[in-house]
Amino acid sequence: MTKAFITPSGITRATLIKDLRLEWRSKDAINAMLFFALLVVVIFSFSFDPTAEESRHIAGGLIWVAFLFAAVVALNQTWARELRNQVLDAYRVSPAPPNALFMAKTLGNFIFVSVLEALMAPLFVIFYNLRVIGSFPQLLLLTLLGTWALVVNGTFFAAMSLRTRSREIMLPLLLFPISIPAIIGMVNGTTAILTGEDSALFWLVLLATYDLVFTTGSLLLFPTVLHAE
Amino acid sequence: MKGRRGRPTQSRSMSRTFIILALLTALLLIYAAYAALVLAPTELTMGPVQRIFYYHAPSAWTAFLLFFINFIASVQYLVRPNESADRFAKWAAVAIGIIACIAAFVVPLPAGIEPSSVATTGIVITAAYFLIRRYFSEQGTDILALVTAEVGVVFCTIVLITGPLWARPVWGIWWTWDVRLTSTLVLWLIYVSYLMLRRFSTSGETPKLAAALAVFGALDMPLVYFSIWFFRTQHPQPVIGGGGSIDPRMLRVFAINCLAFTCYAGIICWFRYRIERMQRDVEETRALEALLEPRGAASGGAQ
Repeated sequence: MTKAFITPSGITRATLIKDLRLEWRSKDAINAMLFFALLVVVIFSFSFDPTAEESRHIAGGLIWVAFLFAAVVALNQTWARELRNQVLDAYRVSPAPPNALFMAKTLGNFIFVSVLEALMAPLFVIFYNLRVIGSFPQLLLLTLLGTWALVVNGTFFAAMSLRTRSREIMLPLLLFPISIPAIIGMVNGTTAILTGEDSALFWLVLLATYDLVFTTGSLLLFPTVLHAE
Repeated sequence: MKGRRGRPTQSRSMSRTFIILALLTALLLIYAAYAALVLAPTELTMGPVQRIFYYHAPSAWTAFLLFFINFIASVQYLVRPNESADRFAKWAAVAIGIIACIAAFVVPLPAGIEPSSVATTGIVITAAYFLIRRYFSEQGTDILALVTAEVGVVFCTIVLITGPLWARPVWGIWWTWDVRLTSTLVLWLIYVSYLMLRRFSTSGETPKLAAALAVFGALDMPLVYFSIWFFRTQHPQPVIGGGGSIDPRMLRVFAINCLAFTCYAGIICWFRYRIERMQRDVEETRALEALLEPRGAASGGAQ
């Protein structure tokens, strides 16, 4: 059992399983995220009071803003959990590759946010009377790419904001400006598919490029960020 | 360390150079303002309000230049301690220059972009990389990154304020989510978050974190530009610039203003650089003195 954990992928798997098990038992992040997203949905519908036709045009924006804010809740907990009992310090002095830890945390967050999206999507459909006019597989692909874009940068910046005063506020301040192209891609791609008026191809390519660039960037720079005491 | 004894004389000659350059810059700025307000001919359709352009566009140029320096300094701060990364970055800088020179004339460019300007940009990137590498220490690149970000944000703010002032009478609206305006705003947002990180960080290695963020910001800019460009081409937008020819006097005044603003930014950066350097020297000396304190009072600060 212990032997399997020595390789980088083993470390990733061990950390991921640990995080999932913790979350499964406590359900802290997912409950907070779900309730938060639900509140955003309700408040938006009061703020805009859209008809079915209007809501199809603005739904892309609503959905992703709700997910973005809710994801921050989960992202903030990612590393804070490891501060207790100096787990992160122990990791820092161990010879384990930092990127294995980063991948585990990113995958964990990806799963949390995907679960949130899967649970929230029916609610959006009900509250805003949505119907997908464009292609559903494209929407699925766009969601996966968009979620990865949010989560990979979010995990990276959460590690960065760990070393700041009022870190819970700092994460969105760092994450949102950098994520603007991804948000434009997610929102416009989703709207294009929901309304079926435009092709979402450009947005899919943009998100894929964004994911590629920032996953590479994060993997290159994460060791530096982890070791910045 | 070793230059500490020689510093006062060096510093005095530096102050003299600084004062002379500052005076020259002030004169240049006064002349540039005079040229913009009096010498330049009044624009036919827009009238006097167009003169804000001589203030607006040079500020934009200066801000972009400073952010560019910030990026190069940040990359160097990250790669310097690691020898193989340093070598890789050096070759990457050379490769960018060469590729830009060749690709500019081979690859078909979108209308309005001259091949020579692409090639020049490539060469400037390589040259700037090696100049900064040659003249700044590792600590120096960090201070340079901090200073250019601070001054760049100020100039970028000027751009974002003077833009709407001009747009209101000419376009009839304060703001439009056009690609240039929006990407400038996003650039400003990214660098404000950069300064916030530097301000709020409690880490002993804030420079490393900030440099990583600066690199992320630079990676982000092309994506920001393309996403907004595609987003906006699907929507109606006000026409910017009606074509037509430019009076050569206007172009001359514009060039003078660009030069004046660049010098101005350079002087401020230099001044700020010296203050920051001095502050760090003082902090370092204090820390050292606390360590060498004979009585055990300072043992807490030793870490």
